[in-house]
Amino acid sequence: MDAIVDLGATRAHRVDPELPILVSGLNHWFGTGEARKQALFDIDLTIDRGQLVILMGPSGSGKTTLLTLIGCLRDVQAGSVSLLGQELNDASEAVLVRQRRRLGFIFQLHNLHESLTAMQNVRMGLEVHGKIASSSWRPAAEHILSLLGLEDRLDYLPANLSGGQKQRVAIARALVGNPDIVFADEPTAALDAESGRHVVEMLKLLGRERGTTTLMVTHDNRILDLADRIVQMQDGRIVEDQMT
Amino acid sequence: MTAMLTRLLGRLPIGWLQLVHKKSRLAAAIAGVAFANILIFMQLGFLGALMESIMLPYRAMDADVLVSASDANTLSDGSNLPRQRMFQALAVSGVEDAIPVYFAKLDWEPAADASVSLHVFGIDPNRAPAFWATEIAEKLNRLRLPDTALLDRKTRNISPAFFDDLASGKARSFEMNNKTIDIVDTVSIGAGFEADGYLFVSDQTFLRLFPSRVSGAPNHVLVNIEPLADRDTVVAALQNALPASDTIVRAFDDAAEADRTYQTTERPVGVVFGFGVIIGVLVGIIIVYQVLSTDVADHLKEYATFKAIGYRQRYFLGIVFEEAAILAVFGFVPGILIALGLYQVVSAVTGLPLVMVAERPPAVLFGTIAMCVFSGAIATRRLAGADPADLF
Ligand SMILES: Nc1ncnc2c1ncn2[C@@H]1O[C@H](COP(=O)(O)OP(=O)(O)OP(=O)(O)O)[C@@H](O)[C@H]1O
Ligand SMILES: [Mg+2]
Repeated sequence: MDAIVDLGATRAHRVDPELPILVSGLNHWFGTGEARKQALFDIDLTIDRGQLVILMGPSGSGKTTLLTLIGCLRDVQAGSVSLLGQELNDASEAVLVRQRRRLGFIFQLHNLHESLTAMQNVRMGLEVHGKIASSSWRPAAEHILSLLGLEDRLDYLPANLSGGQKQRVAIARALVGNPDIVFADEPTAALDAESGRHVVEMLKLLGRERGTTTLMVTHDNRILDLADRIVQMQDGRIVEDQMT
Repeated sequence: MTAMLTRLLGRLPIGWLQLVHKKSRLAAAIAGVAFANILIFMQLGFLGALMESIMLPYRAMDADVLVSASDANTLSDGSNLPRQRMFQALAVSGVEDAIPVYFAKLDWEPAADASVSLHVFGIDPNRAPAFWATEIAEKLNRLRLPDTALLDRKTRNISPAFFDDLASGKARSFEMNNKTIDIVDTVSIGAGFEADGYLFVSDQTFLRLFPSRVSGAPNHVLVNIEPLADRDTVVAALQNALPASDTIVRAFDDAAEADRTYQTTERPVGVVFGFGVIIGVLVGIIIVYQVLSTDVADHLKEYATFKAIGYRQRYFLGIVFEEAAILAVFGFVPGILIALGLYQVVSAVTGLPLVMVAERPPAVLFGTIAMCVFSGAIATRRLAGADPADLF
C-alpha cells in the first residue's frame, strides 16, 4: 500500500497551509417562485487537512447539495464557502476552474466516457492539468489502475467492464491527479463490501501520507470505523457532528 | 489515426474517438456532408457553365466597342438598332471601323430525328474579319457565295458522324427556314443554355433566311478603334454622339461582363443555380448541426463530468470543432469524387462546359469546414452557462 505515495510522481507535491473547507452560514434554495424550496439551512462546517469526513443522513437531507456547493459544481447563493483559502461565493468561472483542478470527484454514477478506454478515461484526470508527455502519463495511470485491481482491464471500454470495475476506473480518474480534496458521493454503492472498504482505506492512507482531505457521503455502516469524523444531516441542517 | 491526432492536438482526440465509437452514425454524417458537397459542387458547376457559355460568343469576337439597343441585356435580346447608328459611329474621331451584326434564332432539323436551335450571326464577310477571332475570321471568306454557312461543330445533339459526312463532302446542303443552305465549313464555339450551337452566314444570306428582317435594322454594331486611340475616350465620344434613348455604347469587355451579371443574377436560370448553392449550404449546415448537436446532447453527462474535473468551455468547443473538421474532410473526399464524375456525365449529355476550376475545391472545402465549425459552435452553447451539477 505504501506504493500509493508514488502518485505524486506525476505532479509536484503541494504543501497546503490553507484550510481545506470552511463553510459558514450557507443556505441554498432550488426552484423559483411558488416552487422555491430551501434545501440547506445555516450550514457551518470546518474540515481540517488530511481528515476523512463522512456525511450521513436520510435521503433528501441535502448531502449531495452540500457536496456540490463545496466542490464548485454549483453557484453559492447565500453564505460563505471557502475552499483551500478561496471564497467561492461570487467567484469567477476562471477561479472555479482553477479550484476544480485541485479536487477529485467520485460521483454516485461513474460517468465514464463510453468512447474512451479505462486508461484514456484516467488520462483525462491528468490532462486537465495541461499538455502531458505521452511517456509520463502511462505509468501513472497504470499504477493507479493496478492499485484498484484493474491491471488486466487497462484497455477495456466501459461497455466491457462490470459496474464495480467502472466505478473503480472513475475512482482512479479522480485520484490520478493527486487532488488536495476528494469529494465522494456514495462511492462504494456499486462496489462489493471488500473492494468498497479497500477504496476507503486507500483514501484514508492518502490522508495520512499526503494530507489529502476526503469528504464522503455514504450509507454504508461497515466503513464508518475508518472515518475521522461523522457529520449527520437532516432536513437541510447539520444535526450531529462527532469525532471518532 | 488516434496516435497521430493525439500528437497533433496535444490531447486525447475525444472527438475522433466519439465519432468512430458510433460507426453507423459516422457513416450517415459523412454521407450527409458528402451529399451537401455534391449539391454545392453541382450548382457551382452549372453556374460556372452558365457563365462560361455566356462568354463563348464574346470570345469568338475581337472588337473594342459594342453598340446595342438600349434595352439589350444580352446578345440575343433587345430591340433592333437603326443602322444609322453605325454611320454616326464611323464619324466619331478615333473610330477605325464599324460593322452591323444581325442576330437571330433558328430551329433546324439536321436529320429526320434531330432538332437543334441555333444562334445565327449575319455578318459582311468582306469587312467582318477584323472583328472576329482568328479561326472565324479566316473562314469568313467562304461565306462570299450566297446561301453558305459555317456551323459550330460543338453544336449539341449533332452526332460526330454528321460532321464526318460534312468533312468528306457527302452531305452539304440542308433545309433551313425553307431555304437550302450549304454548310461549307465548321468553327468551334460551344453550346449554351439558350441555344445548342452557332451558325455564321453572310448578311445577305441572313436576310434571305429571315425575310422579316431588314438590312437597315441590325442587332448590334461592332466598333474597332484606331490603334493609338484611347478606348475610354472613344467610348465616351460614342456615348456622346449616339442618342442614349435607343442606343447603349459599352467597351466590349464591359458589355460581356454586364451580360454575364445580368444572366446570372436576373435571369431565372442564373438565379436558380445561385439559389441552389445557398440551398446546398443550408442543407449542409442543417445536417452537420443535427449530427453535432445530437452528439453533444448524447455526451452531456460526460462533458459535465469533465467540466467538474476542471475542463474549460473551450475544451468542449475544441472537441466539437475536431468533430466538425473530421466530418468536413471525410465528407469532402467522396463529395468531390462523385461531383467530378457527375461533371463528366452532365458535360457529355448536355454539351455544357461543366469543369472543376482550380479554385472551386479549396473554396468548397473551407466553406464546409466553416459551416461545420459554425454548426459546432451553436451546438455547444447549451453547455456554456450550466452548473456541472445540473447536467449529470
Ligand atoms: N436539481 C434540483 N432541483 C430541485 N430540487 C432539488 C435538486 N436537487 C436536489 N433537490 C432537492 O433538494 C433536497 C436535497 O437533495 P439532495 O440531493 O442534496 O439530498 P441527498 O441528501 O443527497 O439525498 P440522497 O441520499 O437521496 O442522495 C431534496 O429535497 C431534493 O428534492
Ligand atoms: Mg445524494
